[in-house]
Amino acid sequence: MGENLKVVRDATCTFCGCVCDDMHLTVDLDQKRIMKAENACILGKAWFREHGIEERPLALIGGRTATTEEAVEAAAQILAQARFPLIYGLSDTTCEAQRVAVAIADMIGGTVDTTTSVCHGPSGIAFEGVGESTASLGEIKNRADLVVFWGGNPAEAHPRLFSRYAVTPKGMFIPNGRKDRTVVLVDVRRTPSTPAADIFIQVKPRSDFEVLWALRALVKGRKVDPSIERRTGVSLAVLEDLVARMKSCRFGVFLFGMGLTMNRGRHFNSGALLALATDLNEFTHWVAKPVRGHGNVTGADNVVSWQTGFPFGVNFSRGYPRFNPGEFTSVDLLTRREADAALIIASDPADNFPKAAIEHLRRIPVITLDPKATPTTQLAQVAFTTATYGINVSGTVYRMDDVPITLRPAFESPYPSDEQVLTAIRDRVRALLGGNRLPAGAPVAAAS
Amino acid sequence: MAEIMTLIGGRSSKQGTTLCASKLGAAYAEISSTLEMNVEDMARLGLSNNSKVRLRTPAGEAILRCKGRETKDLPPGILFMTYGPLSSQLMAGDTAGSGMPISKNLDVEVEPVRDENGP
Ligand code: SF4
Repeated sequence: MGENLKVVRDATCTFCGCVCDDMHLTVDLDQKRIMKAENACILGKAWFREHGIEERPLALIGGRTATTEEAVEAAAQILAQARFPLIYGLSDTTCEAQRVAVAIADMIGGTVDTTTSVCHGPSGIAFEGVGESTASLGEIKNRADLVVFWGGNPAEAHPRLFSRYAVTPKGMFIPNGRKDRTVVLVDVRRTPSTPAADIFIQVKPRSDFEVLWALRALVKGRKVDPSIERRTGVSLAVLEDLVARMKSCRFGVFLFGMGLTMNRGRHFNSGALLALATDLNEFTHWVAKPVRGHGNVTGADNVVSWQTGFPFGVNFSRGYPRFNPGEFTSVDLLTRREADAALIIASDPADNFPKAAIEHLRRIPVITLDPKATPTTQLAQVAFTTATYGINVSGTVYRMDDVPITLRPAFESPYPSDEQVLTAIRDRVRALLGGNRLPAGAPVAAAS
Repeated sequence: MAEIMTLIGGRSSKQGTTLCASKLGAAYAEISSTLEMNVEDMARLGLSNNSKVRLRTPAGEAILRCKGRETKDLPPGILFMTYGPLSSQLMAGDTAGSGMPISKNLDVEVEPVRDENGP
């Protein structure tokens, strides 16, 4: 460790949606590295440890080193010429950068979509149909005496959800912490999260909807046939016991994961769980929260909603925002070969999208903004290296419960922030287009 | 001889820590090419830890190395792998009008891969 050390107290980890804001960081300012991250979980420690300053070019154009200014020009030319461009990602950057990305989509008449579409997008669709009984993580910590995790593995994906909010901490009305809570985990397999539960319910794959619908029936006092066990792997007795607990708790919460959304049934599964939470409010207090993955994916939902009225999958080609999952969502636009250029911010679709979508990304000009080299930056025509949010860049992020948190960066980066790069691209595209691109057939303003 | 099993894609903490270092590194490649499989299924297919298996869906195929899990942890017929370049090969682009491709509970054909250099 060098001599020039700094301690940043109450910094924020932006690796996962828990957005823990109680990190005490020891920073070596000479080496530009975080040496210690007190209070971080194993994932947070890796996040801080691995985000020192790497020797990377400021930008690459066609694989060749370029300045940020040259790359801004190349990116702006691509976006100004594209007929059906896609702007995607945004879940690992600040709300300030997200806002500029939406403005670019509006200006070029493109589509803006976020990683929500391949995460809790189906839950977003379900919220619109069924509604959401919600709470902050603070309320859950202080009040929830029955916690049901459904289709997720927080021990490996959001480790401090257990220790900071939902399983072990003592709360105002939960004075004895773990002893005052009953924890239920529903999943198709045992995971490192299973030992944290008092009750583990193993459902057969592809039967979450059936289990949720049977629970709804039992809550409403209807009869459920014991053959439910053959279909779902869960006996009627187990379901009845769970319903009795759910009706008699003081404050219940469902924390649900991608076991519901990435599965057969998608938004129907999320909708069934949200409807069950609503049903239970006839008896006692129940809330349901999706457990969110990336550090600011919740911010992306909020920013895109403020600016367009819709959370993801928003298209501006008619000059006004239209929301249509399946039509304006990234996997569909790429798989159907409709997008003719892509601006990808802080995200790596080439590592996790379906094969056919990745193949289309190889066919079209792609622009990336990322602090690290990834499979997506490797296929990009224009790749910017940017500073890491939360570590080098200040700004706002939203925790998974929609609580905004201001970031406290640890040290400066030689690379620009996503917001700076996007602002430069926006200004250059505006100059190239002479303002917003007007859709074909739009009425021309009368000269005064 | 191929068998049909159910593949669940997901995340693991090792995957989370290695992706912070680099998605282009050997550690990430190893984690995202490991397939967890029930030990009884492995024995029936003549597989041991680190044996290669080919998974096939209508969208594509991928070759992974398997790692045994006891029945209490992973039921027979169920497979688990972390998301990454190989899981992408198996996913179809159709989202049924939802925006979300299916990556959990995929039906996959499982077939041992015998190579000359042993399992
Ligand atoms: S739980 Fe998430 S936000 Fe909190 S320290 Fe771990 S990775 Fe970071």
